[in-house]
Amino acid sequence: MVNKIYNDALTALDGLLFDGMTIMAGGFGLCGIPENYITAIRNSGVKNLTVISNNCGIDDFGLGLLLNSNQIKKMVSSYVGENKKFEELYLSGELELEFNPQGTLAERCRAGGAGIPAFYTKTGVGTMIADKKETKIFNGETYIMETALKADISIVKAWKSDNDGNLIYRKTARNFNPVMATAGRITLAEVESIVNTGELDPDNIHTPGVYVHRIIQGDSYEKRIERETTSD
Amino acid sequence: MAWTRDKMCQRAALELQDGFYVNLGIGMPTLVANFVPQGMNVTLQSENGMLGMGPFPKRQDLDPDLINAGKQTISELPESVYFDSSDSFSMIRGHHMDLSILGALQVAQNGDLANWMIPGKMVKGMGGAMDLVAGVKKVVILMEHVAKDNSPKIVESCTLPLTGQGVVDLIITDLGVFNFVDNNISLIELADDVTLDDISMNTGAKFEVNLN
Repeated sequence: MVNKIYNDALTALDGLLFDGMTIMAGGFGLCGIPENYITAIRNSGVKNLTVISNNCGIDDFGLGLLLNSNQIKKMVSSYVGENKKFEELYLSGELELEFNPQGTLAERCRAGGAGIPAFYTKTGVGTMIADKKETKIFNGETYIMETALKADISIVKAWKSDNDGNLIYRKTARNFNPVMATAGRITLAEVESIVNTGELDPDNIHTPGVYVHRIIQGDSYEKRIERETTSD
Repeated sequence: MAWTRDKMCQRAALELQDGFYVNLGIGMPTLVANFVPQGMNVTLQSENGMLGMGPFPKRQDLDPDLINAGKQTISELPESVYFDSSDSFSMIRGHHMDLSILGALQVAQNGDLANWMIPGKMVKGMGGAMDLVAGVKKVVILMEHVAKDNSPKIVESCTLPLTGQGVVDLIITDLGVFNFVDNNISLIELADDVTLDDISMNTGAKFEVNLN
C-alpha cells in the first residue's frame, strides 16, 4: 500500500510545484480553504500561477496571500469582490481574470474530473460569458458549450480523512472541495484529523480515496470568519 | 409616499408558497426570510451548499464552517442538508428550485436583467446569479425603483452587461409591481399613495397598465 500521509504541507508539495502551473483551490470565501497548502505555496515562491478558485481570499488571508506576493498570473473565479489588492492588480493589468458563473465553474471542474471534455448549459446565454463560445439548440432552446477544467494539482480541505484518503467534509466547508478533488492530476488534501482506515462509515464518505494522492493533517486552522453575523 | 423596505419585503413574501424551495440573493432579498407567513413551510437554499438555511446564530454557536452565500455566519435547522457546489447548481440549473428573489441594476422591458457588473468600476463577478436566472422556475427582482442618481432602473434596453436574456418574471420596487408575460412588461400594482404619473416619470421602459 502506497503511503499517502505526509508530515506537513511543504513535504507533501515536494516535486509538484513549477512556475506557470495551474492550481485548483477548494473553498468558498474563507470557508473550507486549504490554509496550510496556501501558506506552503506562498513560502515556496513558485510564480506565474493560474489559480482556479471560486474566490480569491481577502487582502491578508487565504489566496490573498499569493496575490500579495505576486505569485498569481491569472485567476479563474466567479466572485472576487472581497479583495482590494485584487482590484489594484487587475486594473493595472498585472493580473488576468476569467469570470465563470459559479455553477458553470463547479460543472467545469466536475467535467474535468469525470472525463467529459465539454458540456452545454443555458447559463450565460446572451451575455458576455457566451462570447466566442459555440452554441447549440436543443428542443428549441439555445445552450452554450463550456469546456472542462483540469489542474496540475488540486488542493482541498476536508474535515476528516482515513489513511487511504477517503474524505469527509463538514457543513458548508464542503463547497467546491469535492469537485476540485476529482480534477487535479495530483490531489492534495489537508484535514483536521486523520483516522485509521475502517473508522469512517463507508456509507458516508464524500470523496473516495481514489481521487486523493497526498494527505496532511494541518498544523493549525485559523478558520477566519469573513462576516460575523449573530442574532444576539 | 411609497413602500418602505419592510413593505417591499412583505410584498415579495406574497410570492412564496407552501413547500417552495427558494434562493434569496444578497442584500434586501435576504430580508424576505423575515416575512415568511406563519405556518408556511419554505426551504431556503444557499448556493454555497445548503438547503434548509437557519437564522443568524447566537454568538456562542458561531461556526466558521457554516456560512451562507453572502459569507455570513448562519445556523442549521432540523431539516438542513449540505452538499457540494456541483450538486447545488444541479438543483438550480435543473429547474428544481421554485423561486429566486434577486436585486438588480437594470431590468429591460423584455425581461433582460443586468445585476453583476458596471464596466470601468470594480468588477466583482457574477457569483451564482447567471445560473440562478437561467435555471430557477420563477425570478423575482426586488429593488429600488430608481438608481441613487435618480435614473430609471426599469429601462427600454439594458446598457449594462447582462446577467440573462428575458429572464425576469416579476419586479417589485418601492413604487409598484410589474410582471412579464411573453417578455412584455405590465404594471400590475401601485405602492401606497403612488400614482401612475409617479411611475411614468421614473420608468424608462414602455409598459402596459393592468392594475387590478
